[in-house]
Amino acid sequence: MRDPLGRPPALLLIPAGLATALLVVPLVAMVAATNWASLPDQLRSEPLRQALWLSLTTATAAALICLVLGLPLAWVLARVDFRFRGVLRALVSVPLVLPPVVAGVALRTTFGRRGLLGEPILDLTGFSFAFTTWGVVLSHVFVSLPFVVIAVEGAFRAAGREYDAAAATLGASRWTTFRRVTVPLAFPGIMAGLVLGWARALGEFGATITFNGNYPGTTQVMPNLIYVTRQSDQDAALALSLVMLLVSVGVLLALRDRWLGTP
Amino acid sequence: MSLAIDLRVPGRVDARFTLEPGEVLAVIGPNGAGKSSLVHALAGTVSAEGSAEMAGTDLLALPAQEREVGMVFQGQLLFPHLTALANVAFGPRSRGVPRAEAEARAQEWLDRFGIGDLSHRRPGELSGGQAQRVAIARALATRPRLLLLDEPLTGLDVKVAMALRIELGRHLSSYDGIAVLVTHDAIDALTIADRVLVLDEGRVAQLGTPEEVSQRPRTEHVARLVGLNVVRDGDTLISFTPQAVAVSLAEPVGSPRLRWQGRVADVSPHGDAVRVLVHAAPDLIADVTPAAATELDLTPDRAVWLSVKQTAVRRYEVGPEEVGTVTP
Repeated sequence: MRDPLGRPPALLLIPAGLATALLVVPLVAMVAATNWASLPDQLRSEPLRQALWLSLTTATAAALICLVLGLPLAWVLARVDFRFRGVLRALVSVPLVLPPVVAGVALRTTFGRRGLLGEPILDLTGFSFAFTTWGVVLSHVFVSLPFVVIAVEGAFRAAGREYDAAAATLGASRWTTFRRVTVPLAFPGIMAGLVLGWARALGEFGATITFNGNYPGTTQVMPNLIYVTRQSDQDAALALSLVMLLVSVGVLLALRDRWLGTP
Repeated sequence: MSLAIDLRVPGRVDARFTLEPGEVLAVIGPNGAGKSSLVHALAGTVSAEGSAEMAGTDLLALPAQEREVGMVFQGQLLFPHLTALANVAFGPRSRGVPRAEAEARAQEWLDRFGIGDLSHRRPGELSGGQAQRVAIARALATRPRLLLLDEPLTGLDVKVAMALRIELGRHLSSYDGIAVLVTHDAIDALTIADRVLVLDEGRVAQLGTPEEVSQRPRTEHVARLVGLNVVRDGDTLISFTPQAVAVSLAEPVGSPRLRWQGRVADVSPHGDAVRVLVHAAPDLIADVTPAAATELDLTPDRAVWLSVKQTAVRRYEVGPEEVGTVTP
């Protein structure tokens, strides 16, 4: 189809093409380099099944916690006027730009056995997050929550405060309005935020390994396993990476049409 | 239950007036006069100072949820994810009515507005007129003591607006609470309302029956709305029709006292006549025949004289009950 405004300029088309290649070629290369003959054996390996299961469950748990904690925070940022809202939003966003390793160190300082909160928790309950599956979930939540909060806040803002006003004149309490109006209107945005948070948790490596180490069955998630495997067996690492790629693309495709709107 | 209003929304509106039980008040005024702010302040969706006493309670002291006020918003604001039925049932359900009963009541309201068979549709699947009926039904389904309608007929097709105006008038006359209808259309004010409140720059410029307001307008805006000229003459105001205005190029002979010199600002067809807007002190409108318009070469910026006979004007005092300022 001809664009009535004229041909798109080469100055834009060429970098656009380069960008596409940069994003796509490495994935294609990975698929091409996979040793398909040994793939079935790799996929049957116990460490892979353990790590994949751990990754999926911890990422899902983290996404659910992000939902429970992040939705209210996003609502406060979108709907409550207070003096330090800008400051709060900036604080919430810090983990977005923080190197994950630093996040791991921060979590260790807070929730480690000798940490600011970790020590009293350990004294009171005998439980410590560090080096446990719960620690993995905690580090996932830490890195994913900002994604969820920022995305959902945008969705709440787009849902329009005027509908809240309409609900109020009909006698709805703010909680009823949140439940019956704001959340349904923002639903696609909320789902998009959750998928984003889930994907971020699934890929989390730096914070998790720094805070929790790398114990098969409890803290060894897929990225950890891939990293460790790659040092000894390139083919196995490729196979594992391929699995992660398929899982990620699969989730994206499954949710795209239903909730993420644009095809 | 009467409603005694004395409220201020800083920078928007500052109004003091009392509404009688069961009356329908039309609020008119130019854009930015504070019409919307007034009803939003009464609904509780905009914060205001002052008071609005109704049956011993001050509405302004209550949060919006507890005011028992129905509001029809400009642009309707129907919940897009809910069906028409669920939209209308939303109010009763929020006030604790069980779902089945709330939906039965909602269906009744939709039936009453003649759209009972559209109850399962979402707002996006309704025409403008149908959606507006749902919005009015939604506001009435909470059985409010005070019904506020913010430009309910704006943006509708002329025919649809006409039909809905008649319907709305019928519903409002059978409604026993107080209704406040914001409009920019003189027809709404003159046909539906018991009284008309004219807002100008946030203040009450005039409050009276439709007849009073249309025959003795105190502001240029209302005069324009009802198609009259209004001019201050000493301590009195005079109003006259555009047909009574004579347009000439030379200074009128016989030197009538009521004459103005100015320049043509706009010329537009008006029925069989040509309506000429003249920038004078103040702006005036005159209706002339197309032949006269051609002969006088009435085009923008042409200097003309306007005059009107004393016998053709209505003269009236600016009443002492005056609250706002009059700038005719």
